[in-house]
This record gives sequence, C-alpha cells and structure tokens, in this order.
Amino acid sequence: MGRKVAIVGTGQTKHKARHSDMNIVELINQAVNRCLENAELTINDIDAILIGNMEHFEGINLSDMWASDASGALGRCGMKITTGGSTGTSLSSAAYYYTASGLFDTVLCVGWQKQNEGDTTAGLVSATDPIWERASFAGAFGTFGGAATQYMMETGLTPEDAAKVAVKNKRHGRLNPYAHLHLDISVDDVLRSPMLAYPIRMLDLCPASEGACAMIMTHEDNVKKVTDKPAWISASVCRHDSAFTGDPPFFLDLRTLRSAAKEAYATADIKDPMKDLDIIELYEPVTWAELSFLEALGIGEGGKVGELLAQGVTSIEGSLPVNLSGGVLCTNPIGATAMCRVAEAAIQIRGEGGERQANHKVNTALATGYGGNWWSDLLILKSSL
Amino acid sequence: MSDKNKNVEKKIARDIKYRALLEFKYSAGKHASYFFQQLRDNKKLMASKCPKCEKAYVPPRPACPECFEANSEWIEAGPQGTLVGFTVVEFPFLDPTTGKTKEVPYGYGFIILDGTATKFAHFLDETDLNKLEAGMRVEPIFEEERSGNFADIKYFRKIADSE
Repeated sequence: MGRKVAIVGTGQTKHKARHSDMNIVELINQAVNRCLENAELTINDIDAILIGNMEHFEGINLSDMWASDASGALGRCGMKITTGGSTGTSLSSAAYYYTASGLFDTVLCVGWQKQNEGDTTAGLVSATDPIWERASFAGAFGTFGGAATQYMMETGLTPEDAAKVAVKNKRHGRLNPYAHLHLDISVDDVLRSPMLAYPIRMLDLCPASEGACAMIMTHEDNVKKVTDKPAWISASVCRHDSAFTGDPPFFLDLRTLRSAAKEAYATADIKDPMKDLDIIELYEPVTWAELSFLEALGIGEGGKVGELLAQGVTSIEGSLPVNLSGGVLCTNPIGATAMCRVAEAAIQIRGEGGERQANHKVNTALATGYGGNWWSDLLILKSSL
Repeated sequence: MSDKNKNVEKKIARDIKYRALLEFKYSAGKHASYFFQQLRDNKKLMASKCPKCEKAYVPPRPACPECFEANSEWIEAGPQGTLVGFTVVEFPFLDPTTGKTKEVPYGYGFIILDGTATKFAHFLDETDLNKLEAGMRVEPIFEEERSGNFADIKYFRKIADSE
C-alpha cells in the first residue's frame, strides 16, 4: 500500500477571465508561494515538483522548462503531467504516488492554465483525432449537447433540472473569493441564456478561466511536524476510456467514474456514499454532468438526482454539499481545474473554507477529475486514517 | 473620460501578440486508409472487428479497446444506423483546422451504424430540433465526387420511411 500521505498545504490564485497583469510564470509562482505559506514550509522542504497544464490553449508546450524558476524546480526532480481536463487530479494522484512510494518525502504539485491567451474551443478541437473527429467536433458544448439529449431521453430529466445545478453552484461560488464567476442567477436566467448546442446554454457551461492551484503532500512520519490538520489521502483511482468520443456509453453511465468509485469506496471503506461522504467536489464541465456524474457515484441513481438537488441536499445547507467552491461552472483554468476540486476537499477537511465552509464537520471528502474522452480520476480524503 | 485623459496614463505593452501558422500532415494509417478507400470506391463503411469479443468498431482501429486483441477482421457496417444522441451547434467558434469561424448552425449526431458497437460522430443535415429524436433511423449521404476522406460522407439524414 505504500506510506500514508496527507495534503498539508494548498494555494491558489484568484481565478478570472484575464490576468492581464500577470504572465504564466508569475501566476504559477503566486500559487506555489501561497501553497508554501499555507503549509508553513519553504521550497527547501520540497523534494519534487510536478507541474501540468493542457496544451494547445496557449500554444505553450514546455511550461515545465520556462516556469522552472517560478515553480521551484531547480535542482529537484521536476516532471510535467498533462491529461487534459483531468490534469489537476492526475498531478494530485502522481504527487500521492511519488510520496507514498517512499522515494520522495515531500512533493509539490501545481496545475495552471491561462486559457484566454489562446482560444478554448479551438484548443479542445485540436485535442481530438485529426482524421475522424476534428471536422465535426464542437468543443465541450457540442459533445455534451449530443450526450445530454441521450441522458434526457433515458432519465426524463429536463433543462430546468439542469439549470438548478447552475443556480446552486453559482450561489456557492459567490462565497468563494478565489472563484472566477461571482454571479447571482435564477433558473430563468439559465433557460434564457444563449443556446450553444441544445440543450447546453451559456449558463449551463463552465467558463474559460486563468489561474493556478498548488498542493503539498508529505508522508506519515512528517505530517505531524508540518500540520495538526492534515487531509489524508484515503484512495486515489484513475480510469481512462477508449479513444473516440462515441465509443463509451457516455453520460448515461460514466463507466470510468462508476468503476473508479467502486474501487475507491472499497479502499476507503465507503459503504453508503450518501451517509459516509461529508462533501463532494465534482468536476462538472456542464450542469448536466453534475446530475449524471453523481449517479455514477451511486447518488440519486435512475434520475432521482434531480430530486436531491431540488430538495437542497447538495446545497451548502444540505447533508451532502456538492461543489462548495462553486465548481467548474464558476472556475475553469483547465490544467488547474481538477486540482481545485482536490484542494477544496482538503480546504474543507482543514476547516479553511471561510464563508463557504460546510455547516457540518468534514471528515470524508470526495473529489473527481474529468477529462479527455470520458475518463475519470477520483480521490477520497479523510481527516484521519 | 476625454481622449486627452486617456493619453495621460501611458501603458506599457501588456499583451504580446503572436500568430502561429503551422502546417501539419498526419498519417492516416492502415485502418483509416482502407476505410476511406472503400468509402471512395464503393460507398461502403467498413468496421474493424475483434476476433475475440466480435465487437466491430467505426472508426476502425488496430486494437480492440476491450480485449487488446488485434482487430484482424473487417465487416461492412451500416450504412444505415440509429441516432442515439444529437445536438444542433448554434454557437460559432474558431475552427483550428481552417483558422476560420465555423459556420453554424449545424446538426451533430452520434450514430450506431448497424452491426457496430460504437457511436460514430458525424454531421446531421437537420437543424430543426423538433425533427430530431434519439432512436431515429438515419442513413449517410455521400458526396458525388469522393476523394477518400471524412468529408466523403456529407452528413447523415433521417430515413424517409422511418417514424
């Protein structure tokens, strides 16, 4: 099983549409410094630096090289990891694997994106197969639109049900000073926002953000010296899917997430996710994904997830808040997006959530990453192991 | 604010603009080459098939994703199929394959070609959402002059007789 590992510090920049006053390197440096400060460590305490973003958006291919000064990689093991939308959770898992292996004691991981230095949808199209998919692929909204029509038919859920996800997450996001979008919206606002690709409207979709997020992990013998509020990693599972957009069953049953949850629940001794989890930070690129992905986690299956949402179960006041950070619908610097989920799970366990802190004590938190072709990462964090 | 005041606050250049004009050429590979040759010459859609689990795949590919066996067999797929998911793309975006804004609206669908295990993503000719539904039977419409690529299928459309 390797050594026990905990997250002992997190740091992020303010996420926004455009950081015109900071370049990529400065953004990374700010997140790393805020993370060191939060962990009360210095760069000399760090043995390895893992960095990642999703290529194409900025046309940047070797950020691990020219951000090495800012990330603190000089003289250390440095490595870049890039898996699309799930980059941030892949970095988190890799930092965990590095530390748990016993080969590295304390590892810092940092994910970043400055999406508006390039073009998001063009970047996403460039990520698909050039021979088979680029001609018709319309980025996130085209794919999710096609998947959501199938999900609607099978579950009977409606655009109004999905709109409630946006209202909830934007409300949470207003409590998070780091969130990109601070919007006060209603279901009607969502349903009247511009249509991108049926049934995905502007307010159903995540924004394109600029920002960075970092975390520090260390092993069990070190943890007590660093913090009295560690967020232990109880399970970390990664699942990829097949190559083409139309290969897996997509929304109806995100098999990668379902499979990851099954393994992670066994490892972390989660018998009933509704009862055993205190919060969830879910990678929801569109409103519809929060509904469907929760089902894949075993929550509100058979379309009942719509009722849970309407009853407020997944709101900040509810018994199982989902996306207290505001989620991806409020903040989406892609290479950092999935790490923001893990960092928020750690923040909630460490009680550092400020206005967005859950009303109940958070001992067990689940975070997911979503990327590429319907693939999933999943981590479960605990206040004690 | 007057123009005069605007000039008082002289800013240094904050955005460095750069335009990359790069050319790429991708090898189609054995499987796509055969598919496109059959499409061009015979208007056939060929699926690669796993000899072990017998699933057939479009796009065709060298390895079965489920078994990791070599997809050593070919079958003729469709060309008719069932539409399982669809949308109409209404929001224009920068198309990186042309450098131009994509023309919208266009129909986009996931089609299970008869005999295959996969959903083939392609264009739909229909942009009226009221005329699209999951489960609808569709057929490909081919270009008259085919050159052996993805665009040889213009789009898929509803089969006239189906519900």
